[in-house]
Amino acid sequence: MVKPDHTDGPADAIHLVLTKVKDPEIPVLSIVDLGIVREVRRGPLADGRDGWQIALSPTYTGCPATDMIHQQVRIALYAAGVTDFEIETRLAPPWTTDWISAAGREKLRAYGIAPPQPWPGDGPVACPRCGDTDTALLSEFGSTPCKSLRQCRACLEPFDHFKCHGRAGNGFRIT
Amino acid sequence: MHPHAEYLLHLADNALVLSHRNSEWCGHGPELEQDIALSNIALDLLGQARHLYRHAATTLGGTNTEDSLAYLRDTRAYRNILLVELPRGDWGFTILRHYLFSEFSHLQYTALQHAADTQLAAIAAKALVEIAYHRRWSGEWVVRLGDGTDESHRRMATALDSLWPYTGEMFDAAPYEQTATAQDSGIDPATLRADWLRQVEQTLREATLADDRSTLARAQTPHHKGGKQGLHTEHLGYLLAEMQFLQRAYPGNEW
Repeated sequence: MVKPDHTDGPADAIHLVLTKVKDPEIPVLSIVDLGIVREVRRGPLADGRDGWQIALSPTYTGCPATDMIHQQVRIALYAAGVTDFEIETRLAPPWTTDWISAAGREKLRAYGIAPPQPWPGDGPVACPRCGDTDTALLSEFGSTPCKSLRQCRACLEPFDHFKCHGRAGNGFRIT
Repeated sequence: MHPHAEYLLHLADNALVLSHRNSEWCGHGPELEQDIALSNIALDLLGQARHLYRHAATTLGGTNTEDSLAYLRDTRAYRNILLVELPRGDWGFTILRHYLFSEFSHLQYTALQHAADTQLAAIAAKALVEIAYHRRWSGEWVVRLGDGTDESHRRMATALDSLWPYTGEMFDAAPYEQTATAQDSGIDPATLRADWLRQVEQTLREATLADDRSTLARAQTPHHKGGKQGLHTEHLGYLLAEMQFLQRAYPGNEW
């Protein structure tokens, strides 16, 4: 998880709200697990007020879930009584699957989706059911832009694999 | 028009129009997996176009938005190359066009990630990761179909003959490309030609499509052009008529 650059209480409260916003395509993952929350900080908003500036990165540029995620963040913050905020789409540096947290990877696996390998993505992909690494690619593009379709040669189960995407080593701390 | 905005629109229009053409295969692909693949690629291009239109709208100011730029400009205002607006043809034609374009945009966006316009650089860096996939996927299909059955080879050879005269326009620098290049926020496409030819020729050889007429020899032939200046084939008008119908008939309507 990438920690926003703050240590004070109120920002942690905002962060806690964001951990409850799920990815609409993969509902076991929160947007924090997914690593798309780039920054939460206090600053001047467009209308001159002081408020929370929240920077989110899109996963794939054309991912239809992006607009929905922004909407759900707004709903979650309003529900928590927070109205002084702004959401910024931050493209640089581009999101990479290396930003998916360790907890997020485990949630994916338990959900039946093989988590992405670390960049550059040439490592083995283990079957999320039986754990065997003897798996084969069936289709490079799966049910959503971020997934490919694979099959386990040991237990024969077909499964989704969250593809390794993007580049690491761009200065962000990944824990 | 603001030359840098025009450059951004050129990049956005290429992505939007090709996205639209590829999306026409949604539900019609030869196999479910390839149908999904091409639909996903179309989505990537649409996402890239949206970021570029937003950036162009900010650069232009006024009442421009990503939607007004996509839905309310007529054919003469579109700056996409002719290659991307041609009707989708058969599967081989679509795949080969996508491959030829991806090889080009891969080189173009590789350069643009260092643009002085930092927003354009960010969009390019983001898009590049996706384009790398598109290029690999379409390149593999060009080889598989070219070096496949007699029928698939024949179709790919026909597609190559049809598409090739449209590839030259990619490398003609429009005035807004020259301006962007001079301001370190663009890339002169003519400088990408040699690398593109080398890559494409290698793939076509592997696909048994680079017969006696090598791609380098083909490169010398005259080519169709005009799209970058807004002079389009008759096909773009039909595409826009379908895409823009709702906003034209019900101005300002929202979902």
